[in-house]
Amino acid sequence: MGFNLEPFATYLIGEIMSEEAAATGPLPVVDWLKGAGTDDPYLEGHKCGECGAVFLGERDNCSSCGARDKMSPTRLSTKGKLYSYSIVHRSFPGIEVPYISAIVDLEGGGTVKGNLINIDPDPAKIEFDMPVEVVFDDALGRKDRDGNSYISYFFQPAA
Amino acid sequence: MSDVYIMGVDMIKFGRFPEKTVPQLGATAALMALDDAGLKIQDMQALYCGNLGQASAMVGQRILQEIGQTGIGVVNCANACATGATAFREAWMSVKAGVNDVVLAVGVEQMGKGLLGGSGGGTGIPKEGLLGSGTMPAVFAEAGMEHARQYGTTFEQFAKVSVKNHHHSTLNPKAMYQIETPLETVMNAEMISYPNTKLMCSVNVDGAAAAVLVSEKKARELGMDRAVRVKASVLTSDPYSDRDLVMPNVNDVTRRAASQAYEMAGCGPEDIDLVELHDCFATAEILHYENLGLCKDGEAGRMIDEGETALGGRIPVNVSGGLLSKGHPLGATGIANIYEVATHLRGEADKRQVGGAKLGMTHVIGLGSACGIHILEKVA
Ligand SMILES: [Zn+2]
Repeated sequence: MGFNLEPFATYLIGEIMSEEAAATGPLPVVDWLKGAGTDDPYLEGHKCGECGAVFLGERDNCSSCGARDKMSPTRLSTKGKLYSYSIVHRSFPGIEVPYISAIVDLEGGGTVKGNLINIDPDPAKIEFDMPVEVVFDDALGRKDRDGNSYISYFFQPAA
Repeated sequence: MSDVYIMGVDMIKFGRFPEKTVPQLGATAALMALDDAGLKIQDMQALYCGNLGQASAMVGQRILQEIGQTGIGVVNCANACATGATAFREAWMSVKAGVNDVVLAVGVEQMGKGLLGGSGGGTGIPKEGLLGSGTMPAVFAEAGMEHARQYGTTFEQFAKVSVKNHHHSTLNPKAMYQIETPLETVMNAEMISYPNTKLMCSVNVDGAAAAVLVSEKKARELGMDRAVRVKASVLTSDPYSDRDLVMPNVNDVTRRAASQAYEMAGCGPEDIDLVELHDCFATAEILHYENLGLCKDGEAGRMIDEGETALGGRIPVNVSGGLLSKGHPLGATGIANIYEVATHLRGEADKRQVGGAKLGMTHVIGLGSACGIHILEKVA
């Protein structure tokens, strides 16, 4: 239930990056971000062959219709619309605020949560259903205990 | 099958009790409920205990170690914020099934300070503030903003929920706070996650509540004067919905539970005299007016504007002060709200009494998700 501070403390203290780890290049922030470290990163969904439900991450069975072994990977769109959001002003120690926590429906299926960037964190500026695009960048400088850097996804207003 | 009755029910005043243990808090509430029923621990045939923080630490047995180790069966359960309601429902089910005639249900929690939730843990790097927010105020803000996108619900309307519930709590000596919070105070309080300010977030408190449930036969034997009939007891989990991987759906899980509860009780929302619902954040209360059928879809904003859910209104909601001001000790909440409704049905709610209350509803949501609903009826 409570937030696990363990990995957080590591992040806040910082660890010395080992040469070995640094050589492997950036890791994906979630296992359904594919192509980390290449010039073609993308988000991968798994789609049910029976009912069409799209999930994030691999799974065997569909929690929408119960179909077994009907999942196949699908490349998620980088285009979407803002479904809902909150502007977060208080978070855990060490997390920079304010930021916009956004829920985005992607074209062709899949709903993803992430930070909405490159827009003022002001409700007057943020419109429901505004078109946004998925962009990939370094994970705000956060590194794991082995010193690895990460690539993350973000949303920004569509150009 | 026999009807099931609440013969005793009580709660400790919610607050912060760092000097007490979880079993001590639970034991205090258990003894209060036993006294209310005029029974002893030796009369209990089973104990159903709800607690989250020490879910693997046999809290129910440790409560018996405080008040009497009679050797009865104990069930310890955890179901997020629906934990207390789940314990109560397990107790109800054992009586309903004819296995037991007299049982005790206890919900208890000791809380830390600060934010709940977060998407930390696991390997890699912290995700909070990187992949949006997993904090509870943000999650329920996003659920509220979904209502705003559908119906144009405003920050001010969400804030009015908090004004109302804080006002109610000034009439409840067992609430954590008894402080009026005018609209401008609520709206100008520290913004936690827009549109939820600090005063629109439930209060982290320690608390405990307990109930004695009995069969019809036992109720007749003990006397029906203050008995409260359990008309419906329902527990649901969240059915699949398109966005539920990233946006917990507190609506469908509640709607499903509400329709089952009304059917079981043989009544409709128009028959309910008061509701204690899960206002873990001010945004949540607005959603549940519609989820519980207290108004039509899209009318919740108007309902709070017109005071329909305030004490004296058409359908008073959270006259205890709710989780926003009475406090939200997770595992205790689902029995504390049963205490509140039962107290009104008994006509013993003093200054906050809902006049002529005959039928009341309690509702809790545990993210993950679980929804527990009970409909209670005045007997005498
Ligand atoms: Zn399916």
